[in-house]
Order: sequence, then C-alpha cells, then structure tokens
Amino acid sequence: MLQLSVFLENTKGRLAEVLNLLAEFNVNIRALSLADTKDYGVLRVIVENPEEVAAKLKDRNCVVKLTPVWVLKVPDKPGGLASMLNKLVAEGIVVEYMYAFVEREKEQAQVVIRVRDVELMQKAIKKYNLE
Amino acid sequence: MMSQEELLNGLRRTVEQVLKAPYYQKKLAEVGIHYAGDIKTLDDFRKIPLTEKEDLRQNYPFGLFAEPMDNIIRIHASSGTTGKPTVVGYTREDIKLWAKIVAKGFRRLGITSKDVIQVAYGYGLFTGGMGIHYGAEELGAVVIPMSGGNTAKQLMIMRDFGTTVLCCTPSYALYLGESLAEAGISKDELKLRIGVFGAEPWTDKMRQEIEARLGLTAVDIYGLSETMGPGVSLECLKGVGLHIDEHFYPEILDPQGNPLPEGEVGELVLTTFDKMGFPSLRYRTKDLTSITYGTCVCGHTGWTMQRVSGRVDDMLIIRGVNVFPSQIEEAILSVGGIEPHYLIIVDREGPLDVMEVLVELSDASFEDEIRELEELQSKLRQRIENITGLSAKVRLVEPKSIPRSEGKAKRVEDRRKGKI
Repeated sequence: MLQLSVFLENTKGRLAEVLNLLAEFNVNIRALSLADTKDYGVLRVIVENPEEVAAKLKDRNCVVKLTPVWVLKVPDKPGGLASMLNKLVAEGIVVEYMYAFVEREKEQAQVVIRVRDVELMQKAIKKYNLE
Repeated sequence: MMSQEELLNGLRRTVEQVLKAPYYQKKLAEVGIHYAGDIKTLDDFRKIPLTEKEDLRQNYPFGLFAEPMDNIIRIHASSGTTGKPTVVGYTREDIKLWAKIVAKGFRRLGITSKDVIQVAYGYGLFTGGMGIHYGAEELGAVVIPMSGGNTAKQLMIMRDFGTTVLCCTPSYALYLGESLAEAGISKDELKLRIGVFGAEPWTDKMRQEIEARLGLTAVDIYGLSETMGPGVSLECLKGVGLHIDEHFYPEILDPQGNPLPEGEVGELVLTTFDKMGFPSLRYRTKDLTSITYGTCVCGHTGWTMQRVSGRVDDMLIIRGVNVFPSQIEEAILSVGGIEPHYLIIVDREGPLDVMEVLVELSDASFEDEIRELEELQSKLRQRIENITGLSAKVRLVEPKSIPRSEGKAKRVEDRRKGKI
C-alpha cells in the first residue's frame, strides 16, 4: 500500500491548512501519524487513491511523497503487536517507523509499517501469512 | 602633495608592471595601450578597463602576478564569488612596503615602539593578521600574535601583558568587551588606549559601545587583499574619515563607470603605486564611499575616504569573512535534488553574526523519514561550511515559501542593520 507523506514547516496553523485541503478534496483519513522536529514535521496518512490525492496536494504547493508501507492486522489484545514484531525481527527486518489504529466496527487493530528492506518484508509476509 | 606629473609617473610605473602579465597586455591592447608611455594624460588612464574579481578568477591562481614566482615570498587569498579564492602574491619589497604603510598610519594615531599591540585578526590566507603584524613590528612595538578566538585567553593576556592597542574585527572587539565580566576582569585593569578595527562594516553606535566597554578610542581601518590588505586607508584621531595612503590612487565611479566629483558617493576603484608582485590597476572594490582631497591637522595630505556605506554587489561580510550568495547556491546545488531556491538570513545574536540558510524542499529531495531529512540538513550544512568556511544553520522549508519578486528570488535578508 502507498502511504502519503506531506512535509510541514513548523508554522502556526500549517497542519490545519493541509488537513483542510484534504477535507476540500473530500478525502477521508484512515490512519495518521505526525513526526516532528524543532523546525519541521512530516505528516503521514493512509487514504484512498493516494496517487490522486498526492497530485492534488502538489498542485497546491505541498511537498509530498508516496512511500510503500504495509498495513497489517494485529490481534487487538495484549502482546498482539509484540508477537508479530518478533516474527519480523527474526527475519532480519528493520522497521523505520510504525503507527497503529483501531477499526471500531471490526474490533481489529492495524499497524502501518515502513521497513528498510522491502524484499525481506515480502518474504516474511508470505512465510507467516500476514495480512 | 603629489603633482599631476608625479601622479602620471606613478600610474605609468603601475601600467608598465602589469603589462608583464599577458592577460593585461591583451586587455590594454584592446584600448590602444601597448606601453606605459601611451598614458599621456589622466584621460588616457581612464580608458583602461576596470579590473574585477572575475579577472582574478579567470587567471587563478597566479596568472595576474607581475613578477616571477621566484620573487614572490608570500601568498594571501580571499573568497571569490564561487569556488576558487582570489589569490594575490607579494615580493619581499611589497611586504616591506605594506609594513611601512601600516606603521605610518599607526604613527598618525600616536602609536609608538612603546606600545603593546595585540593582533586578534585571523592569521592565515586572510590578510588581517599578518598585515597588521608586520606593520606593528615595523613600528618597533611589542606584538602579541594572538590571532582570532580563544576569548578568555585573549582577555587574560590583554590584562597580564598590558596590551595598549587592540586590532581585530569590530564585532570581535565588541564580543571581547562583553566577555570581560565573565572573565572576571574589569575595564580598569586594562591599559588599552586605541583599537584599530576593520574587515567588516560597522556603525557609530557600535563604535561607542566598544569604546565604552573596553575604555579605548576605536578607529576604522580599510583594505582588501586584492590591493594589499589592511592599511589602504586608516582613520586618524580627528574623526574626519579614513586617510588613504599615498601608494593608492582612488577613483569614485558612478554605475556607468564615469568619474564622480569629490564628496559624491560611488564605487571606490583603486590603483596601487609601486606594488610589484600583484599590482592593482583600476580594481573595483565594489565598496561605496566618497573621497575628498586635502590636508588634515594630523599631518596627512592626500585623499580621505568616508566609512564604506554599502556594496554595489551582494557580497556579505559575516564574522569578517566575505560571503557571496553565489557560493551558497553552489554549495546547496552540489547536494542532489535541491533546487536553487534559498534565502540567506544574517543576524546578530549578541555580538556574533549568525547565518541561517533556508532551503526549499522539492519532491525530489523530500524523504518521509526524519533521519533522512536530518542527513540532508547536515549535508547542506557541511557543503556550505566547506565552501564559505563559515558554519551556518540550515532550515528546510516548503516550496514557494521563499518570497520571489519578478521571478527572481530574494537571496539575502540582513537583519543586522540597525543593531549594534
């Protein structure tokens, strides 16, 4: 799956501006994470049709990037995420970042994972039948 | 006072000397000057095309030297507009002449062999340190070759060695003044009486502040490596301006290159007399000032220039170092994926100049991992430091966030103006 990342300067109201743009494009955010430093931040979102949204944001002077990530289901119970991560670690996978969200209706937790080595991840997904 | 004939003789000697460099032979032949004797009047001299930093760049490193390398005993350099520095060379006689010129200016300030002179200009390719050093030795004074930095030690030595004359950039002088309390030294313990400050623009407000903090009389010294180094002109204690030494012929030109009358502000163009290794022929300083001719009560007769009021190009002087926006551009473009949209913000934090460079991110340079963005920032910082020799803060900003006017982005925001 492609995650949409947007570069944000640390200025007042900048995050709201970008979120307003997404609202204007009628885009629903399924998952979101915000990485921040002193001077800038990176907004990462999972949305429908990320390529299309990326093009629209670019038109409005946003710096965007589409990054391949995995969205994996995790049992919504203690140790759920840990047991899955243990498998990935055993396969030599390095996680760059991750964030989680819960879908209420299904009572299902999901994590968005960005890894360094895509091929290793693909093998691991097959091996453990992750989805 | 120099007669018209003496002036023309001096100019002819310089033309004869520069004609030893093939580049000048060609350049002067284009305006019909083949021998020094072709300069019969001042108007003939004014036909000679101006020399610029670009001429030095094209002849990097030694192409404009007028003496064989065997006769050159010292090299100095300053930053060029891009990449390579501009290089100048001195013969033994040039070094002696330079020392004499500095010593003469110092004598007018009442500095003698009894003085203890602390040189806190940088020693190195920059002309400040060694230029003042040799002049102070010529005077027979006690010279303390401190070079720049190491503030606590500077102050300790200033007190313990009884320094009477301090030479450095005005911003460093101010910093030394502000650091006194921290070093546990009071102004009254110091024997300072005169400060000779230059290599960067400064204001009267700054002068008053330095004088109050260090308890000395502060004077302005002017020079540039392309025409020699510090000492081209120096204030006396009468405060009427900077007296230009008799080894330099100044012209003030308007933007079209026409001579301006006395007292009018334009670009200072300098020609050297009797400098052999690297004679300057109508060298464009890019500094804006005005000149007047006359005799001062201090004993100087000749040209006097006013404090430099600005630049005709976009050169910045940051902590005494010349920086061109084109250098910053070269640095950031050497990092892949960066577009030439940037803004240089220069500010003064306390007494120190700080440079921040805003760089617009593009889709090509944007990575969504903070680690990679931080690597990009540090790479940019490194390149800027490699090229300019100055540390800078780099801030990544969004595209089109840097104001553009008529298609051309504004390159520099100097916030030091109005600050002391």
